[in-house]
Amino acid sequence: MSDKMHLKLTVNGEAHETLAEPRELLIHVLREQLGITGPHIGCETSHCGACTVDMGGKSVKACTVFAAQAQGAEITTVEGLGAPDGLHVLQEMFREHHGLQCGFCTPGMITRAWRLLQDNPSPTEEEVRFGMSGNLCRCTGYQNIVKAILAAADQMNAMKEAAE
Amino acid sequence: MIPSTFEYHRPDDLAAVIALLQEHGDEARVVAGGHSLIPMMKLRMADPAHLIDLQGLSDLKGIEIGDVIRIGAMTTQAEIIDHDGLAEAAPIMAEAARQIADPQVRNLGTVGGNIANGDPGNDMPGLMQCLDARFTLVGPDGTREVAARDFYEAAYVTTREEEEVLTAVSFDRPRGGYAYEKQKRKIGDYATAAAAVQIVAEGGRVSAASVAMTNLSDVPVFSAAAGAALEGTACGEEAVQAAVAAMLGDIDPMEDNRGPVEFKKHVAGVILARAIVRAWSRA
Repeated sequence: MSDKMHLKLTVNGEAHETLAEPRELLIHVLREQLGITGPHIGCETSHCGACTVDMGGKSVKACTVFAAQAQGAEITTVEGLGAPDGLHVLQEMFREHHGLQCGFCTPGMITRAWRLLQDNPSPTEEEVRFGMSGNLCRCTGYQNIVKAILAAADQMNAMKEAAE
Repeated sequence: MIPSTFEYHRPDDLAAVIALLQEHGDEARVVAGGHSLIPMMKLRMADPAHLIDLQGLSDLKGIEIGDVIRIGAMTTQAEIIDHDGLAEAAPIMAEAARQIADPQVRNLGTVGGNIANGDPGNDMPGLMQCLDARFTLVGPDGTREVAARDFYEAAYVTTREEEEVLTAVSFDRPRGGYAYEKQKRKIGDYATAAAAVQIVAEGGRVSAASVAMTNLSDVPVFSAAAGAALEGTACGEEAVQAAVAAMLGDIDPMEDNRGPVEFKKHVAGVILARAIVRAWSRA
Protein backbone atom coordinates (compact mmCIF):
# COMPACT_ATOMS: atom_id res chain seq x y z
CA MET A 1 0.00 0.00 0.00
CA SER A 2 1.26 3.42 -0.86
CA ASP A 3 1.08 6.31 1.55
CA LYS A 4 -2.25 7.99 1.97
CA MET A 5 -2.71 11.56 0.86
CA HIS A 6 -4.36 14.30 2.82
CA LEU A 7 -7.16 15.12 0.41
CA LYS A 8 -9.12 18.37 0.46
CA LEU A 9 -12.28 18.66 -1.60
CA THR A 10 -15.18 21.07 -1.66
CA VAL A 11 -18.35 19.11 -2.31
CA ASN A 12 -21.68 20.90 -2.70
CA GLY A 13 -20.17 23.99 -1.09
CA GLU A 14 -18.91 22.14 1.96
CA ALA A 15 -15.20 21.64 2.68
CA HIS A 16 -14.15 18.03 3.25
CA GLU A 17 -10.83 16.57 4.33
CA THR A 18 -10.00 12.90 4.21
CA LEU A 19 -7.14 10.48 3.78
CA ALA A 20 -7.02 8.49 0.56
CA GLU A 21 -4.55 6.49 -1.45
CA PRO A 22 -3.73 8.26 -4.71
CA ARG A 23 -5.05 5.26 -6.66
CA GLU A 24 -8.51 5.50 -5.12
CA LEU A 25 -11.09 6.71 -7.60
CA LEU A 26 -13.03 9.90 -6.93
CA ILE A 27 -16.33 7.97 -7.04
CA HIS A 28 -15.14 5.65 -4.26
CA VAL A 29 -13.95 8.54 -2.07
CA LEU A 30 -17.26 10.38 -2.52
CA ARG A 31 -19.43 7.36 -1.78
CA GLU A 32 -17.44 5.38 0.74
CA GLN A 33 -15.56 8.04 2.69
CA LEU A 34 -17.76 11.10 2.44
CA GLY A 35 -21.07 9.21 2.33
CA ILE A 36 -22.21 11.11 -0.76
CA THR A 37 -24.03 8.31 -2.56
CA GLY A 38 -25.97 10.29 -5.17
CA PRO A 39 -23.43 9.57 -7.91
CA HIS A 40 -23.70 5.85 -8.70
CA ILE A 41 -21.24 3.24 -9.89
CA GLY A 42 -22.60 1.71 -13.07
CA CYS A 43 -20.02 0.35 -15.48
CA GLU A 44 -16.95 1.78 -13.76
CA THR A 45 -15.34 2.00 -17.21
CA SER A 46 -16.27 5.59 -18.19
CA HIS A 47 -19.06 4.51 -20.54
CA CYS A 48 -22.36 4.77 -18.66
CA GLY A 49 -22.20 8.16 -16.94
CA ALA A 50 -24.01 7.07 -13.74
CA CYS A 51 -21.06 8.46 -11.74
CA THR A 52 -21.22 11.90 -13.39
CA VAL A 53 -20.33 14.80 -11.10
CA ASP A 54 -19.47 18.42 -11.78
CA MET A 55 -15.79 19.16 -11.15
CA GLY A 56 -14.41 22.66 -11.62
CA GLY A 57 -17.46 23.65 -13.67
CA LYS A 58 -17.33 20.67 -16.01
CA SER A 59 -19.15 17.35 -16.14
CA VAL A 60 -16.79 14.44 -15.51
CA LYS A 61 -17.08 10.74 -14.85
CA ALA A 62 -15.93 10.21 -11.27
CA CYS A 63 -14.95 6.59 -12.02
CA THR A 64 -12.15 7.83 -14.28
CA VAL A 65 -10.58 10.43 -12.02
CA PHE A 66 -8.08 9.46 -9.34
CA ALA A 67 -8.70 10.97 -5.93
CA ALA A 68 -5.26 12.55 -6.21
CA GLN A 69 -6.17 14.34 -9.44
CA ALA A 70 -9.18 15.87 -7.71
CA GLN A 71 -7.04 17.39 -4.94
CA GLY A 72 -8.37 20.89 -4.28
CA ALA A 73 -11.32 20.54 -6.65
CA GLU A 74 -14.81 22.00 -6.30
CA ILE A 75 -17.37 19.28 -6.88
CA THR A 76 -21.13 19.33 -7.25
CA THR A 77 -23.21 16.16 -7.06
CA VAL A 78 -26.93 15.64 -7.41
CA GLU A 79 -27.24 16.28 -3.66
CA GLY A 80 -26.10 19.83 -4.31
CA LEU A 81 -28.88 20.53 -6.81
CA GLY A 82 -32.04 19.70 -4.87
CA ALA A 83 -33.37 17.93 -1.81
CA PRO A 84 -36.50 15.82 -1.14
CA ASP A 85 -38.31 18.85 0.30
CA GLY A 86 -37.19 21.15 -2.47
CA LEU A 87 -36.58 19.44 -5.77
CA HIS A 88 -34.60 21.14 -8.52
CA VAL A 89 -36.64 21.99 -11.62
CA LEU A 90 -34.81 19.24 -13.48
CA GLN A 91 -35.83 16.71 -10.84
CA GLU A 92 -39.44 17.93 -11.01
CA MET A 93 -39.44 17.61 -14.78
CA PHE A 94 -37.89 14.13 -14.73
CA ARG A 95 -40.77 13.13 -12.43
CA GLU A 96 -43.45 14.86 -14.46
CA HIS A 97 -42.26 13.53 -17.83
CA HIS A 98 -41.37 10.03 -16.59
CA GLY A 99 -37.69 10.58 -17.38
CA LEU A 100 -36.82 7.54 -15.29
CA GLN A 101 -37.99 4.02 -14.61
CA CYS A 102 -35.52 2.17 -12.38
CA GLY A 103 -33.77 5.46 -11.54
CA PHE A 104 -30.24 4.14 -11.41
CA CYS A 105 -28.91 6.47 -14.11
CA THR A 106 -30.95 9.46 -12.92
CA PRO A 107 -28.45 11.20 -10.58
CA GLY A 108 -25.85 11.19 -13.35
CA MET A 109 -28.43 12.27 -15.92
CA ILE A 110 -29.59 15.19 -13.82
CA THR A 111 -26.09 16.31 -12.84
CA ARG A 112 -25.04 16.23 -16.48
CA ALA A 113 -28.25 17.94 -17.68
CA TRP A 114 -27.75 20.68 -15.09
CA ARG A 115 -24.30 21.53 -16.47
CA LEU A 116 -25.61 21.30 -20.03
CA LEU A 117 -28.27 23.91 -19.22
CA GLN A 118 -25.70 26.12 -17.47
CA ASP A 119 -23.60 26.08 -20.65
CA ASN A 120 -26.54 26.29 -23.06
CA PRO A 121 -29.78 27.50 -21.43
CA SER A 122 -31.92 27.02 -24.57
CA PRO A 123 -30.71 23.88 -26.30
CA THR A 124 -32.39 22.28 -29.30
CA GLU A 125 -33.47 18.64 -29.04
CA GLU A 126 -30.41 17.69 -31.08
CA GLU A 127 -28.12 19.61 -28.72
CA VAL A 128 -29.69 17.86 -25.73
CA ARG A 129 -29.14 14.45 -27.32
CA PHE A 130 -25.52 15.32 -28.22
CA GLY A 131 -24.87 16.84 -24.80
CA MET A 132 -26.35 13.84 -22.98
CA SER A 133 -24.61 11.23 -25.12
CA GLY A 134 -22.25 10.26 -22.30
CA ASN A 135 -25.09 9.03 -20.11
CA LEU A 136 -26.73 5.67 -20.74
CA CYS A 137 -30.25 4.68 -19.67
CA ARG A 138 -31.40 1.09 -20.15
CA CYS A 139 -35.08 1.74 -19.33
CA THR A 140 -36.59 4.81 -20.89
CA GLY A 141 -35.36 4.84 -24.47
CA TYR A 142 -34.27 8.45 -23.77
CA GLN A 143 -37.38 10.08 -25.25
CA ASN A 144 -38.76 11.16 -21.88
CA ILE A 145 -35.34 12.19 -20.59
CA VAL A 146 -34.97 14.56 -23.53
CA LYS A 147 -38.51 15.86 -22.98
CA ALA A 148 -37.81 16.45 -19.28
CA ILE A 149 -34.61 18.39 -20.00
CA LEU A 150 -36.26 20.56 -22.66
CA ALA A 151 -39.17 21.26 -20.29
CA ALA A 152 -36.75 22.13 -17.49
CA ALA A 153 -34.90 24.52 -19.82
CA ASP A 154 -38.18 26.32 -20.59
CA GLN A 155 -39.09 26.58 -16.92
CA MET A 156 -35.63 27.74 -15.86
CA ASN A 157 -35.65 30.41 -18.57
CA ALA A 158 -39.14 31.55 -17.54
CA MET A 159 -38.02 31.75 -13.90
CA LYS A 160 -34.97 33.76 -14.91
CA GLU A 161 -37.12 36.18 -16.93
CA ALA A 162 -39.60 36.56 -14.08
CA ALA A 163 -36.73 37.38 -11.73
CA GLU A 164 -35.39 40.14 -13.99
CA MET B 1 -11.21 -2.21 -11.04
CA ILE B 2 -8.58 -1.07 -8.54
CA PRO B 3 -5.22 -0.10 -10.06
CA SER B 4 -1.85 -0.98 -8.57
CA THR B 5 -0.42 1.42 -6.04
CA PHE B 6 1.61 4.34 -7.28
CA GLU B 7 3.23 7.47 -5.97
CA TYR B 8 1.49 10.60 -7.21
CA HIS B 9 3.37 13.70 -8.37
CA ARG B 10 1.93 17.03 -9.44
CA PRO B 11 4.87 19.20 -10.53
CA ASP B 12 4.26 22.75 -11.70
CA ASP B 13 6.87 23.06 -14.41
CA LEU B 14 8.28 21.00 -17.25
CA ALA B 15 11.80 20.82 -15.80
CA ALA B 16 10.41 19.08 -12.74
CA VAL B 17 8.46 16.62 -14.94
CA ILE B 18 11.60 15.74 -16.89
CA ALA B 19 13.63 15.38 -13.70
CA LEU B 20 11.04 12.90 -12.39
CA LEU B 21 11.11 10.99 -15.68
CA GLN B 22 14.92 10.84 -15.50
CA GLU B 23 14.80 9.66 -11.91
CA HIS B 24 12.20 6.94 -12.37
CA GLY B 25 12.67 5.86 -16.00
CA ASP B 26 10.15 3.31 -17.23
CA GLU B 27 8.57 3.13 -13.76
CA ALA B 28 6.99 6.55 -14.40
CA ARG B 29 4.18 7.68 -16.68
CA VAL B 30 2.82 11.15 -17.26
CA VAL B 31 -0.96 11.57 -17.08
CA ALA B 32 -2.84 14.29 -18.94
CA GLY B 33 -6.63 13.78 -18.85
CA GLY B 34 -6.14 10.14 -17.94
CA HIS B 35 -8.95 8.82 -20.11
CA SER B 36 -6.72 6.31 -21.88
CA LEU B 37 -4.23 5.65 -19.08
CA ILE B 38 -6.63 5.25 -16.13
CA PRO B 39 -8.73 2.55 -17.86
CA MET B 40 -5.48 0.71 -18.68
CA MET B 41 -4.32 1.06 -15.07
CA LYS B 42 -7.66 -0.29 -13.81
CA LEU B 43 -7.17 -3.34 -16.03
CA ARG B 44 -3.56 -3.47 -14.83
CA MET B 45 -2.36 -3.36 -18.41
CA ALA B 46 -0.36 -0.39 -17.10
CA ASP B 47 1.05 -0.22 -13.58
CA PRO B 48 3.40 2.74 -13.27
CA ALA B 49 5.00 3.10 -9.84
CA HIS B 50 5.07 6.86 -10.34
CA LEU B 51 2.27 8.87 -11.89
CA ILE B 52 3.22 12.39 -12.96
CA ASP B 53 0.15 14.58 -13.34
CA LEU B 54 0.57 17.38 -15.89
CA GLN B 55 -2.50 19.39 -14.78
CA GLY B 56 -0.31 21.95 -12.97
CA LEU B 57 1.51 22.93 -16.19
CA SER B 58 -0.67 25.73 -17.52
CA ASP B 59 1.87 26.43 -20.30
CA LEU B 60 0.80 23.22 -22.00
CA LYS B 61 -2.74 24.49 -22.56
CA GLY B 62 -3.94 26.78 -25.29
CA ILE B 63 -4.48 27.24 -29.01
CA GLU B 64 -2.52 29.72 -31.15
CA ILE B 65 -3.91 30.61 -34.56
CA GLY B 66 -1.68 32.01 -37.30
CA ASP B 67 -0.29 30.70 -40.59
CA VAL B 68 0.82 27.90 -38.31
CA ILE B 69 -1.67 26.52 -35.79
CA ARG B 70 -0.19 25.39 -32.50
CA ILE B 71 -2.16 23.43 -29.92
CA GLY B 72 -0.79 22.78 -26.44
CA ALA B 73 -0.76 19.11 -25.48
CA MET B 74 -3.00 19.63 -22.43
CA THR B 75 -5.77 21.25 -24.49
CA THR B 76 -8.91 19.16 -24.06
CA GLN B 77 -11.14 17.86 -26.83
CA ALA B 78 -13.92 20.07 -25.41
CA GLU B 79 -11.67 23.13 -25.78
CA ILE B 80 -11.00 22.13 -29.40
CA ILE B 81 -14.75 22.02 -30.06
CA ASP B 82 -15.44 25.36 -28.36
CA HIS B 83 -12.63 27.42 -29.93
CA ASP B 84 -14.03 29.90 -32.46
CA GLY B 85 -10.69 30.78 -34.03
CA LEU B 86 -9.86 27.12 -34.60
CA ALA B 87 -13.34 26.48 -36.02
CA GLU B 88 -12.53 29.04 -38.71
CA ALA B 89 -8.88 28.17 -39.31
CA ALA B 90 -9.05 24.36 -39.16
CA PRO B 91 -12.66 23.19 -38.91
CA ILE B 92 -11.65 19.55 -39.35
CA MET B 93 -10.31 19.63 -35.76
CA ALA B 94 -13.71 20.23 -34.17
CA GLU B 95 -15.46 17.91 -36.64
CA ALA B 96 -13.15 15.11 -35.49
CA ALA B 97 -13.22 16.03 -31.79
CA ARG B 98 -17.03 15.93 -31.74
CA GLN B 99 -16.79 12.28 -32.79
CA ILE B 100 -14.40 11.32 -29.98
CA ALA B 101 -15.95 9.65 -26.91
CA ASP B 102 -18.67 11.69 -25.14
CA PRO B 103 -19.00 15.12 -23.45
CA GLN B 104 -17.67 14.08 -20.04
CA VAL B 105 -14.66 12.29 -21.53
CA ARG B 106 -13.93 15.23 -23.85
CA ASN B 107 -13.88 17.56 -20.84
CA LEU B 108 -10.78 15.77 -19.52
CA GLY B 109 -9.35 13.92 -22.52
CA THR B 110 -6.57 15.91 -24.17
CA VAL B 111 -5.16 16.29 -27.66
CA GLY B 112 -1.69 15.41 -26.39
CA GLY B 113 -2.83 12.29 -24.60
CA ASN B 114 -4.76 11.13 -27.64
CA ILE B 115 -1.68 11.63 -29.81
CA ALA B 116 1.11 10.39 -27.53
CA ASN B 117 -0.72 7.29 -26.30
CA GLY B 118 -0.12 5.50 -29.60
CA ASP B 119 -3.38 3.56 -29.55
CA PRO B 120 -4.41 2.88 -33.16
CA GLY B 121 -8.02 3.52 -32.09
CA ASN B 122 -7.37 7.16 -31.17
CA ASP B 123 -8.65 9.65 -33.76
CA MET B 124 -6.16 12.52 -33.47
CA PRO B 125 -3.17 10.52 -34.77
CA GLY B 126 -4.92 9.85 -38.09
CA LEU B 127 -6.03 13.45 -38.35
CA MET B 128 -2.45 14.60 -37.66
CA GLN B 129 -1.26 12.43 -40.59
CA CYS B 130 -3.75 14.18 -42.86
CA LEU B 131 -2.63 17.64 -41.68
CA ASP B 132 1.10 16.73 -41.89
CA ALA B 133 1.49 17.96 -38.30
CA ARG B 134 4.69 18.28 -36.27
CA PHE B 135 4.92 17.14 -32.67
CA THR B 136 7.07 19.05 -30.17
CA LEU B 137 8.92 16.81 -27.71
CA VAL B 138 10.87 18.16 -24.76
CA GLY B 139 13.42 16.02 -22.93
CA PRO B 140 16.64 16.27 -20.94
CA ASP B 141 18.56 17.19 -24.12
CA GLY B 142 16.20 19.97 -25.14
CA THR B 143 13.38 20.36 -27.64
CA ARG B 144 12.89 18.54 -30.93
CA GLU B 145 10.17 18.32 -33.53
CA VAL B 146 9.03 15.06 -35.10
CA ALA B 147 6.77 14.77 -38.12
CA ALA B 148 3.48 13.07 -37.27
CA ARG B 149 4.08 10.81 -40.25
CA ASP B 150 7.34 9.57 -38.63
CA PHE B 151 6.05 9.31 -35.06
CA TYR B 152 4.14 6.02 -34.93
CA GLU B 153 6.08 2.75 -35.10
CA ALA B 154 3.59 0.15 -33.84
CA ALA B 155 0.61 -0.01 -31.49
CA TYR B 156 1.59 2.00 -28.39
CA VAL B 157 5.14 2.39 -29.72
CA THR B 158 6.25 5.83 -30.87
CA THR B 159 9.53 7.61 -31.44
CA ARG B 160 9.07 9.54 -28.17
CA GLU B 161 11.85 8.65 -25.74
CA GLU B 162 10.92 7.59 -22.21
CA GLU B 163 12.26 10.83 -20.74
CA GLU B 164 10.50 13.08 -23.23
CA VAL B 165 7.13 14.82 -22.96
CA LEU B 166 4.91 15.78 -25.88
CA THR B 167 4.20 19.46 -25.27
CA ALA B 168 2.43 20.68 -28.42
CA VAL B 169 1.32 19.87 -31.94
CA SER B 170 1.53 22.30 -34.82
CA PHE B 171 0.49 22.30 -38.45
CA ASP B 172 0.15 24.75 -41.31
CA ARG B 173 -3.32 26.27 -41.60
CA PRO B 174 -5.13 23.72 -43.78
CA ARG B 175 -6.51 24.80 -47.15
CA GLY B 176 -9.65 23.81 -49.02
CA GLY B 177 -12.47 21.46 -48.08
CA TYR B 178 -12.31 19.01 -45.21
CA ALA B 179 -14.07 16.03 -43.66
CA TYR B 180 -13.55 13.70 -40.74
CA GLU B 181 -15.87 10.73 -41.21
CA LYS B 182 -16.11 7.98 -38.61
CA GLN B 183 -18.06 4.74 -38.38
CA LYS B 184 -18.46 3.46 -34.83
CA ARG B 185 -20.78 0.99 -33.15
CA LYS B 186 -21.94 3.38 -30.45
CA ILE B 187 -21.11 6.70 -28.79
CA GLY B 188 -17.77 6.38 -27.06
CA ASP B 189 -16.51 3.56 -29.26
CA TYR B 190 -13.34 3.61 -31.27
CA ALA B 191 -13.74 3.71 -35.03
CA THR B 192 -14.51 0.62 -37.06
CA ALA B 193 -13.05 2.88 -39.72
CA ALA B 194 -12.47 6.62 -39.92
CA ALA B 195 -11.09 8.92 -42.61
CA ALA B 196 -9.55 12.39 -42.52
CA VAL B 197 -9.56 14.25 -45.84
CA GLN B 198 -8.47 17.72 -46.97
CA ILE B 199 -8.99 18.70 -50.62
CA VAL B 200 -7.93 21.88 -52.43
CA ALA B 201 -9.89 22.75 -55.60
CA GLU B 202 -8.62 24.93 -58.43
CA GLY B 203 -10.62 25.53 -61.60
CA GLY B 204 -13.00 22.65 -60.84
CA ARG B 205 -10.19 20.16 -60.32
CA VAL B 206 -8.38 18.77 -57.31
CA SER B 207 -5.02 20.53 -57.00
CA ALA B 208 -4.03 18.88 -53.73
CA ALA B 209 -5.52 16.13 -51.55
CA SER B 210 -4.48 14.55 -48.28
CA VAL B 211 -6.01 11.29 -47.01
CA ALA B 212 -5.45 9.44 -43.72
CA MET B 213 -7.24 6.55 -42.00
CA THR B 214 -7.82 5.60 -38.35
CA ASN B 215 -7.90 2.16 -36.68
CA LEU B 216 -7.21 0.18 -39.83
CA SER B 217 -3.62 -0.82 -39.04
CA ASP B 218 -1.48 -0.92 -35.92
CA VAL B 219 -0.52 2.69 -36.69
CA PRO B 220 -2.47 5.56 -38.25
CA VAL B 221 -2.25 5.38 -42.03
CA PHE B 222 -1.33 8.29 -44.30
CA SER B 223 -2.28 7.21 -47.81
CA ALA B 224 -0.25 9.27 -50.26
CA ALA B 225 -1.56 7.03 -53.05
CA ALA B 226 -5.20 7.86 -52.25
CA GLY B 227 -4.43 11.58 -52.37
CA ALA B 228 -2.54 11.17 -55.63
CA ALA B 229 -5.51 9.31 -57.16
CA LEU B 230 -7.67 12.40 -56.62
CA GLU B 231 -5.21 15.04 -57.80
CA GLY B 232 -5.90 16.44 -61.26
CA THR B 233 -9.39 14.92 -61.40
CA ALA B 234 -12.80 16.58 -61.11
CA CYS B 235 -13.41 14.33 -58.08
CA GLY B 236 -16.13 12.30 -59.79
CA GLU B 237 -17.24 8.77 -58.91
CA GLU B 238 -14.37 7.17 -60.82
CA ALA B 239 -11.73 9.25 -59.03
CA VAL B 240 -13.32 8.51 -55.65
CA GLN B 241 -13.25 4.77 -56.35
CA ALA B 242 -9.63 5.01 -57.52
CA ALA B 243 -8.74 6.73 -54.24
CA VAL B 244 -10.59 4.04 -52.26
CA ALA B 245 -8.72 1.30 -54.15
CA ALA B 246 -5.41 3.05 -53.46
CA MET B 247 -6.26 3.44 -49.76
CA LEU B 248 -7.16 -0.26 -49.47
CA GLY B 249 -3.61 -1.03 -50.55
CA ASP B 250 -2.23 0.97 -47.64
CA ILE B 251 -4.31 -0.35 -44.73
CA ASP B 252 -3.85 -3.62 -42.85
CA PRO B 253 -6.86 -4.14 -40.55
CA MET B 254 -7.08 -7.01 -38.09
CA GLU B 255 -10.14 -9.03 -37.16
CA ASP B 256 -11.54 -8.10 -33.74
CA ASN B 257 -14.87 -7.45 -32.06
CA ARG B 258 -15.58 -4.72 -34.62
CA GLY B 259 -15.64 -7.31 -37.39
CA PRO B 260 -13.63 -9.45 -39.78
CA VAL B 261 -11.01 -8.04 -42.15
CA GLU B 262 -13.25 -8.03 -45.23
CA PHE B 263 -15.95 -6.09 -43.36
CA LYS B 264 -13.45 -3.51 -42.14
CA LYS B 265 -12.13 -3.02 -45.66
CA HIS B 266 -15.68 -2.57 -46.90
CA VAL B 267 -16.46 -0.01 -44.18
CA ALA B 268 -13.14 1.77 -44.81
CA GLY B 269 -14.10 2.19 -48.48
CA VAL B 270 -17.57 3.51 -47.70
CA ILE B 271 -16.25 5.92 -45.08
CA LEU B 272 -13.46 7.26 -47.27
CA ALA B 273 -15.84 7.76 -50.21
CA ARG B 274 -18.21 9.74 -47.96
CA ALA B 275 -15.34 11.80 -46.57
CA ILE B 276 -14.05 12.65 -50.05
CA VAL B 277 -17.49 13.67 -51.30
CA ARG B 278 -18.06 15.89 -48.26
CA ALA B 279 -14.59 17.45 -48.40
CA TRP B 280 -15.01 18.14 -52.12
CA SER B 281 -18.42 19.75 -51.54
CA ARG B 282 -16.69 22.16 -49.12
CA ALA B 283 -13.58 22.75 -51.29
